[in-house]
Amino acid sequence: MAEATLKAVPPDRTRVLQWLQAYGVYAGVALLMAVNIVVTPHFLTAENFRTQAVQVAPVIIVALGMALVIGTEGVDLSVGAVMALAASVTALYLGYGLLPALLVVAVFAAGTGLANGALVAFVGVQPIVATLALMVGGRGLALVLLPQLEDLRNPALASLGSGDVLGVPYLILIAAALALLVAFVVRRTTFGRQLLAIGDSRPAAQLAGLPVRRVLIVVYVACALLAAVAGVLATARLQASDPTSLGNLMELSAITAVVVGGTPLTGGRVNIAGTVAGAVLIQLLTATLIKHDLPPSWTQIAQAMVIVCAVYAARGRGKR
Amino acid sequence: MSATETDAPVAATRGKGPAPAGEPVGAARSERVSALVQRHGAPAVLVVVSVVASFSFDSFATGDNIANMATSSAFLAIVALGMTFVIITGGIDLSVGSLFALGGVLAAWGSRHGTPVALLLPLVVCGTVGVVNGLLVARSRLAPFIVTLAAMLGARGLMLALTDEGADTYLIGKGSFLAELGQGSTLGLGNPVWITLALFAAGAVVLRRTRFGQHVYAVGGNEDAAALMGAPVARTKVLVYALSGVLAGLAGALNAAWLASGVTILGNGMELEAIAAVVIGGTLLTGGLGYVSGALVGVLLLKVIQNVINQIGSLDSSYQQVVSGAFLAVVVVAQTWLGRRRQLM
Repeated sequence: MAEATLKAVPPDRTRVLQWLQAYGVYAGVALLMAVNIVVTPHFLTAENFRTQAVQVAPVIIVALGMALVIGTEGVDLSVGAVMALAASVTALYLGYGLLPALLVVAVFAAGTGLANGALVAFVGVQPIVATLALMVGGRGLALVLLPQLEDLRNPALASLGSGDVLGVPYLILIAAALALLVAFVVRRTTFGRQLLAIGDSRPAAQLAGLPVRRVLIVVYVACALLAAVAGVLATARLQASDPTSLGNLMELSAITAVVVGGTPLTGGRVNIAGTVAGAVLIQLLTATLIKHDLPPSWTQIAQAMVIVCAVYAARGRGKR
Repeated sequence: MSATETDAPVAATRGKGPAPAGEPVGAARSERVSALVQRHGAPAVLVVVSVVASFSFDSFATGDNIANMATSSAFLAIVALGMTFVIITGGIDLSVGSLFALGGVLAAWGSRHGTPVALLLPLVVCGTVGVVNGLLVARSRLAPFIVTLAAMLGARGLMLALTDEGADTYLIGKGSFLAELGQGSTLGLGNPVWITLALFAAGAVVLRRTRFGQHVYAVGGNEDAAALMGAPVARTKVLVYALSGVLAGLAGALNAAWLASGVTILGNGMELEAIAAVVIGGTLLTGGLGYVSGALVGVLLLKVIQNVINQIGSLDSSYQQVVSGAFLAVVVVAQTWLGRRRQLM
């Protein structure tokens, strides 16, 4: 049916659509930038860019992991819960110093990712349900470990959250480094190739002798670890551990960024640059609406529109 | 919920695999056990948990506690009923939590114009959102999960816009028919409980005894086959999403009537609770197999666990989430295992 409608439209429209699919997100970012430069006072200041970038950094980091999972035709709903878990574990073990605390966080996150991955890879549960269980349970565990907000006073953590190198905050540097790393892994490593092959067709990958289960588990562990990094960084920026609200709806923001960035939900293809741009697009959109005193309700409606448009534009790309 | 109910879904799953020609008696029995566990596992756990709880806590099996649990389960149960239909078609509806909140606010807002407006407004608006979801899923062939995710954001945005960013809370006047519908009780049980039971009875009949119900199973079992058979796939999908929207709106309206106000912060995470309840009740997320009664059992199980954890007192209420999450994981693992066993045979 999709093919029939594709034939019916003149070739020009198909080309426009293809162009939109590939570059729509960058065009959107550019357009929003241009609009803001004209209508928003004080938009072109270093301080503004810094604020926006610091706000978007955790979303980007989570979205990177989400892009990997979506590339395998999965989805990870537990990222917000992992962020909360990272926050409460950081608070619990910060007494031993920052590094030991980070190690324990990594162990917890890897455990969550392992559970997700095992449910998906070995038991064969659909990703959305497997990670739903961890999403509910993980947030509960975070709250059991640390029932309410706790202020953290640790100079090392504070400098991680608000320090900078040559005026560029650590948060942005870490997000950029992770984005480059993930892009390298997807494009240039065997693991990346295997991941995309599994997303394209899991049975085919299995028949080709790829280590499907191992790759899936590593992908979910990587996603959880990235979410934990985002959780620690957000905690460091807040100077407080807030397992109740940290990472709430983060799974949705991350999925939105990935989808808007041109990664199809059907798997087999991952667009890391687009994912980063997708997160930036949503952040700019939100910031624009807020700066012009439009209420948060408008932001949510606008975000909903952007998601539907992005998915609509990406339609049919899955079926090559 | 009689024995005849089991026939249709089992037949539907059998259709998926190769026909079991001349299977040995042992395999047939084993398959029957699998089906039995899948169908009756959740009710059995519910009974065990309830019995243990009533022996352990004096206050568990009291009339008051049971009536409270029933009323607080009613709203989630109505949402889970709609979710059951959607999940049986192989879809998912993430917008129900927002629609629940929107329905409540609309009902409270509309109650100043009389009860008919207060009841119809949420149903119409939430139903419209459901129809849009359904059209985008069925006609534009977008992934249900992303479409309803967008609807979730949009509906919550709409709700916030209506309430001055959540600052306004509309009240429902005392003594109105709407308030009576939510707060009154008949034969010791709250009116929402009776409404819920009636809706579930109607839902079971629709799913089992009507053409639409059979289409729902067919679409979820194998969409292409259903289309080739001449089942109206797109119309069925639009209808289930519309139904889910309407039921979420109704649940929200009843909840607002119960609370006497349209509380804006409700419904967060409700979609996940509803999905969890439906899955625990034995409905497969892959579609094609499911029970209306399972959703009810799943909701009750979640609420009983919550109640027990509250009764223990010394335990933080966050333990409830841990237990629910772990329970959900165990159920899906068991389901997948049982399902695979059946497919092998």
